[in-house]
Amino acid sequence: MKVALFIPCYIDQFYPRVGIATLELLEKVGCRVAYPREQTCCGQPMANTGCEHHAQATYEHFVRVFQGFDYVVAPAASCVYHVRKHYDILEQTPAVSQLRERTLDLSEFLIDILGITSLPARFPHRVGLHRSCHGLRGLRLGYASERYERGEGYQEQLLDMVEGLERVPLDRADECCGFGGTFAVSQAQLSTKMGRDRIADHERHGAEVITAGDMSCLMHLEGLIRRRGTGPRILHLAEILNGTQL
Amino acid sequence: MNQHATRAAAFIRDEARTDWHDQSLWFVREKRDRARDTLPEWETLRMLASQIKDNVLGNLDHYLVDFEAKARANGVQVHWAADAVEHNRIVHELLSTRGVARIVKSKSMLTEECQLNEYLAERGIEVVDTDLGERIIQLRREPPSHIVMPAIHLKKEEVGELFHTTLGTLAGASDPQYLTEAARGHLRDKFMVSEAALTGVNFAIAETGGVVVCTNEGNADMGVHLAPLQIHSMGIEKIIPRRADLGVFTRLLARSATGQPSTVYTSHYHRPRPGAEMHIVIVDNGRTDQLGREDFRASLKCIRCGACMNTCPVYRRSGGHSYGYTVPGPIGSILTPGIDLKRYSDLPFASTLCGSCSDVCPVKINIHEQLYKWRQQVAQSGELPWSKRLAMRLAGFVLARSHTYDWSGRLARGALRLFPRWAVYNGLNEWGKTRELPALPDQSFKAWYASHHQHEQ
Repeated sequence: MKVALFIPCYIDQFYPRVGIATLELLEKVGCRVAYPREQTCCGQPMANTGCEHHAQATYEHFVRVFQGFDYVVAPAASCVYHVRKHYDILEQTPAVSQLRERTLDLSEFLIDILGITSLPARFPHRVGLHRSCHGLRGLRLGYASERYERGEGYQEQLLDMVEGLERVPLDRADECCGFGGTFAVSQAQLSTKMGRDRIADHERHGAEVITAGDMSCLMHLEGLIRRRGTGPRILHLAEILNGTQL
Repeated sequence: MNQHATRAAAFIRDEARTDWHDQSLWFVREKRDRARDTLPEWETLRMLASQIKDNVLGNLDHYLVDFEAKARANGVQVHWAADAVEHNRIVHELLSTRGVARIVKSKSMLTEECQLNEYLAERGIEVVDTDLGERIIQLRREPPSHIVMPAIHLKKEEVGELFHTTLGTLAGASDPQYLTEAARGHLRDKFMVSEAALTGVNFAIAETGGVVVCTNEGNADMGVHLAPLQIHSMGIEKIIPRRADLGVFTRLLARSATGQPSTVYTSHYHRPRPGAEMHIVIVDNGRTDQLGREDFRASLKCIRCGACMNTCPVYRRSGGHSYGYTVPGPIGSILTPGIDLKRYSDLPFASTLCGSCSDVCPVKINIHEQLYKWRQQVAQSGELPWSKRLAMRLAGFVLARSHTYDWSGRLARGALRLFPRWAVYNGLNEWGKTRELPALPDQSFKAWYASHHQHEQ
């Protein structure tokens, strides 16, 4: 099985520790991964702003870099969703179709493809899981509160494999954090308010750590918390699963 | 210019009120969730409703003609209006030729869309909105902020003040029971003297030629039963094929709207009372244009439940008036660009694309996907602000080139480290006004990987 690691642009530039945790975690559970060094971005920033025409060359670059692998794995549900959902504007060659089917979020890959049921990780803390919208309603990594469905999603299942970890309930289990890509800047006040409301929910329930499968939401929440000076710590899901300690 | 952002920023300045607004609507969303939980077949119902509406939109020409024939056979007079002006003219003519000077109206978003009240008022006809929320905003001379709860942006104290000055209730009174009774008495007087009643339409049944109106206050019936002339205004998309299909929608509508199992009144109007007249005005007003847009056609499936507003984290924190159109919120943001792309070019961006609207929608409209598609249209037509256009063009160039990307990243991180804090957190840095930028790592993941995997190519 040939597996490629996709580390999205903003993780590469700002959160290399998340990329490292992802790589180590995959190796720890016995999966060898390649990291194609020409990779850049999925193209979502341009496309979500309405500029698919400026994203197309990035899409094509992504396809060139990652074709030929059985799976492409990323610790970023939103970017994975973008490849799967919005690469429909490319000519659907076999390479493109396969790539769209085989680009997976880390949590799906661990459970569906590797079939892991346990992890050698311990994290004795109260953790609030932020269910990122593209992971939840785009990739269906979990069960959305709007629909008539119940159960534990991929990320919940993985957190429950970690020894000592206590998942805290939230008043609003899957409300958006307000990041939204360029929304965070073009509607900065709204974005800020949404983010603060999310943080307050986690704090009301005593979360020591807020985690998610998307570092973009977390970058926004962390930015708000660091500006305030105190608040829950921020860790990507991959870091907790890989055994990062506070 | 992003009007929604400006209006939202103004709304949000009063944080306590924003929280109150957010929580009021979230309360309705949670009530809706509990109502949904009583129906294990919820997702099946949604699918059925969606498929029925697909069928309707695909065969609208036939259904409308069937509907008209059945209605005429029942003794109903049917009128066709290509746009808002024609609709208003038809209604005015019906009233003026019969010498009607006072009419009562139950809730109709279509007449809001057509601005019928203003049209009739200018021609000397008094229109009284009889839905309590609609009456409140009519007395305040402002548009609705929500399609189901038009006055949801107001607190009971504000309604008390309004009623004190307009209806003569006691100064300082804010008890909802007291205020509602005052409004009820006031409206009773209007019902008694009105010469015509106008209603909106929730469903028009092609098989029977009848229309169905859902209200909680019984005000549609009260108006229709007392007046010798009844007029029902409907958009062409209100059609459902058969009477048997109605249950699918009524079960979804009230639960999605307010969390009630059904509206208090579900009124069926099929023929005029003896000695009275019944008219139906069927309005297009841009709907066939939308029908012709493959990517956006599904927006016409909307049954106006308002659930997408209640669930929308942006709507809850920006208020209905921030959208600047009769139908606000996520559904409004996919309807308006089809009406005037330039004027409403900011609305597809008044969203984080979180997708909650699509999952809550009882007829499964892919609202957030349409928002994404409208964004593409906005950009294609040159309506994006130049700053965004330039930034995206630049990003598109850099991100398609591995080496350019690598050195740009190094350069940007290096610059951020070099600049003093005041230079980074300047007035143009919208992110930095309320948030810290990420702490800068010593090296990118790519650089780390290269230094740890030198043996690989």
